[in-house]
Amino acid sequence: MGASQSARTEHEFQDLADRTGFSLEQIGNLNKRFRQLSKNEQTLSRQDLASISALDNNPLRAQIINAFFDKRNLRQNEVGTVQVIGFEEFLMVMSHFRPAAMHITEEEREKLRREKLRFVFNMHDTDSDGTITLEEYRRAVEELLSKAGTIGQETAKAIADAAMLEVASTTRGKMEPDEFYEGITFENFLQILKTLDIETRMHVRFLNMDTATMRCGK
Amino acid sequence: MPAFSCAFPGCRRDLLVIVLVVFVGIGLPIEASAPAYQSHGTEGSYLTNVTNTKKAFPVLAVNYKHVRQPFEIALWILLALLMKLGFHLIPRLSGVVPESCLLIVVGLLVGGLIKVIGEEPPVLDSQLFFLCLLPPIILDAGYFLPIRPFTENVGTILVFAVIGTLWNTFFMGGLLYALCQIESVGLGGVDLLACLLFGSIVSAVDPVAVLAVFEEIHINELVHILVFGESLLNDAVTVVLYNLFEEFAKVGTVTVLDVFLGVVCFFVVSLGGVLVGAIYGFLAAFTSRFTSHTRVIEPLFVFLYSYMAYLSSEMFHLSGIMALIVCGVVMRPYVEANISHKSYTTIKYFLKMWSSVSETLIFIFLGVSTVAGPHAWNWTFVITTVILCLVSRVLGVIGLTFIINKFRIVKLTKKDQFIVAYGGLRGAIAFSLGYLLSNRHQMRNLFLTAIITVIFFTVFVQGMTIRPLVELLAVKKKKESKPSINEEIHTEFLNHLLTGVEGVCGHYGHYHWKEKLNRFNKTYVKRWLIAGENFKEPELIAFYRKMELKQAIMMVESGQLPSALPSTISMQNIQPRAIPRVSKKREEEIRRILRSNLQNNKQKMRSRSYSRHTLFDADEEDNVSEVRLRKTKMEMERRMSHYLTVPANRESPRPGVRRVRFESDNQVFSADSVPTVHFEQPSPPSTPDAVSLEEEVPKRPSLEADIEGPRGNASDNHQGELDYQRLARCLSDPGPNKDKEEDDPFMSC
Repeated sequence: MGASQSARTEHEFQDLADRTGFSLEQIGNLNKRFRQLSKNEQTLSRQDLASISALDNNPLRAQIINAFFDKRNLRQNEVGTVQVIGFEEFLMVMSHFRPAAMHITEEEREKLRREKLRFVFNMHDTDSDGTITLEEYRRAVEELLSKAGTIGQETAKAIADAAMLEVASTTRGKMEPDEFYEGITFENFLQILKTLDIETRMHVRFLNMDTATMRCGK
Repeated sequence: MPAFSCAFPGCRRDLLVIVLVVFVGIGLPIEASAPAYQSHGTEGSYLTNVTNTKKAFPVLAVNYKHVRQPFEIALWILLALLMKLGFHLIPRLSGVVPESCLLIVVGLLVGGLIKVIGEEPPVLDSQLFFLCLLPPIILDAGYFLPIRPFTENVGTILVFAVIGTLWNTFFMGGLLYALCQIESVGLGGVDLLACLLFGSIVSAVDPVAVLAVFEEIHINELVHILVFGESLLNDAVTVVLYNLFEEFAKVGTVTVLDVFLGVVCFFVVSLGGVLVGAIYGFLAAFTSRFTSHTRVIEPLFVFLYSYMAYLSSEMFHLSGIMALIVCGVVMRPYVEANISHKSYTTIKYFLKMWSSVSETLIFIFLGVSTVAGPHAWNWTFVITTVILCLVSRVLGVIGLTFIINKFRIVKLTKKDQFIVAYGGLRGAIAFSLGYLLSNRHQMRNLFLTAIITVIFFTVFVQGMTIRPLVELLAVKKKKESKPSINEEIHTEFLNHLLTGVEGVCGHYGHYHWKEKLNRFNKTYVKRWLIAGENFKEPELIAFYRKMELKQAIMMVESGQLPSALPSTISMQNIQPRAIPRVSKKREEEIRRILRSNLQNNKQKMRSRSYSRHTLFDADEEDNVSEVRLRKTKMEMERRMSHYLTVPANRESPRPGVRRVRFESDNQVFSADSVPTVHFEQPSPPSTPDAVSLEEEVPKRPSLEADIEGPRGNASDNHQGELDYQRLARCLSDPGPNKDKEEDDPFMSC
């Protein structure tokens, strides 16, 4: 459609680049991918994501797809889900997987950690109440181990229970027998995953800001 | 030993020192006068044959010749180990000076003593070194190589190993040649190829020295794996360059074709070594699948296949070290899934033991050989070599890091670079290669002297100062973290999440290929190489079962019945992994344990820090005690049999290594941070055991009634805490940095 269209998209892209922190080139690549997935529509629906063959064998398939449509990940301070997302929302979700730049301050690093861990937390906390209850955690572990073969529900439950115990004892210490530990809050979550180095591990190389970006494969 | 207890503290140490001195004093004259005995022996027998005179029947005779060689070998090893023992008794010394330095000094002293007596001190024979002393160390390193950091950084490691070594060789060789051209030095006869040959020998970072020094400084994982990985992988480069320059030096001229062939040779040597290692690794894995009836010889398969891999690749002039590493890495996951727990422990301890002995001997012999060897000293040459080594290493690291950082996510900081450069130690491999130089090279002695000087410099100066420097620069140390279930879960979670997001991006990245490899591994490879149904377990489950196991052991221990475990003989018929049929005798034992357990805990009832109970809603309270009890019994049995003959599961992702190299021994749980877990099984268990035990349950309520309601969490009380600590000590593998007096009384059955 000519120069005006591309000029408009350029401007949009620049705007998006400023807001999400991606480079123009990366946004261009992601846009291509977005259009590929949404079959050149303006919005992406769950079916579009569900049709990606690479996700078929992934035990976290459903959760990942849900994460794209979860309002909490769209930095809108709302809860609930949306049915379709536009390119901007797609970028918002993807921005959680940017790696840390080399020289960032401790403050920025902490902020990045919280952001990434918040994403993971939201994936576990399916009812959006701000805590991960035992049931939710159990379901998460079950899903995780679902593709792993004949493990059985019992083991998954036992693992989730043990993990929950660990969180409670690390964060709450002593508890009276009649006290009830409601669930893992975000602060507790941060505390127990302190040693996981998430700001360096949770990234997709494609979205690296500093290195040469790679081409989008099919 | 009451006989040796002394009134005052220093006494015992002094006693040991006296013993050592006596040993040394006895040992040396025996070796020195060995030739004398030998001749005496032959003479004597000759005389008796010829003259046939009647002699008194020899009641006591000495025939040293008969046992000479094994006696000497054993004596040397014994001396070396006594020395090692001695060092650790002197507390301040072992903190300041790394062990390798001390051992070299001992070697120097011993060599000096031998020379003073008038004998020829033995030199470190290259054949002995490469065929006997080196393989155990490399196998130990390879078998316990931490795979995740290694594969994450393999690109960087390869760049350092290959390009770094090439740079070092040419830089040093070239500059030394230039130096030799200067008239005043007086080394005009050295040609370029000889210098390059020398450069290739002295430029490679040595795994033995790196291991010896780095294990004591506990540097962070990244730097450790970089230096260590480089020292292992540069063997291929060293082999090729050394052979290449040897050949060229013979011929005298180099053509373009030769250079091209050299490059091809490099690929053949490295990939060939990898292939040989992989083949033997798979063979070992396949063999271990069938060893369920002959568990005693399982460790031998591991050792022999690895050694064969090393020897086979040495036979073809391929890289033996790489073959050994690859063999260990390839066979480990499958072998560990197949062999019994005891075999696994045996392998671990034998490897640690052999590599420890080897390393000690290597350093002592280095010292002795220094005293022995022919020396030709040239101040300029030697000093320049040492300086050039440092300079080229630093330049190489900085230059390569500059390029590498463009491709890395986690960049290497200046501190990391410094440690990588400073940690490039040279060691015994360089010496042995130098010793192998044929005598045709007129500069051989000079080269040897220079090599020894470089080794001494790196080991002593760099080895001793690296620890204070690490402290000074506040380099990140190794994280001493305990394994946490949540971390494990989320590591697994992240893997899948990132694979998924990569899929959404349409980007076939790191995680995608890793996932593909895992799937291929699971569907095809594991089927062939792992016995039984063990191959389906993901890492998380294995980790969790290991934790379960420890808690089960703790529960049994808290029953305070020392011989509670049945002997292994009755277990051998039981299939691994199936819930075993319980013999009447064992059932009785188990009931006894549980009963006493309950009684103990009844007395120690108090509100513990956290009770499982609080996770549930109120209405599940009723089911808790009874069902838990039943389930506990069943679980315990399952775990006991599981523990004794079941294939050792793949270890938690961060195994305890021989000398606590990479991670702390993560089997040590501190009592308060990991709570015990009780398992609920609301549905009635469907195994034959439980049926037979269920009849016991109705008898229980009388006991249970005494247990104060919701505080019926029997095991995880104060008693539990103490037992946890005991258990932790039982299961942790002692290394030199931890308390050494831990034996494994529990596992000694």
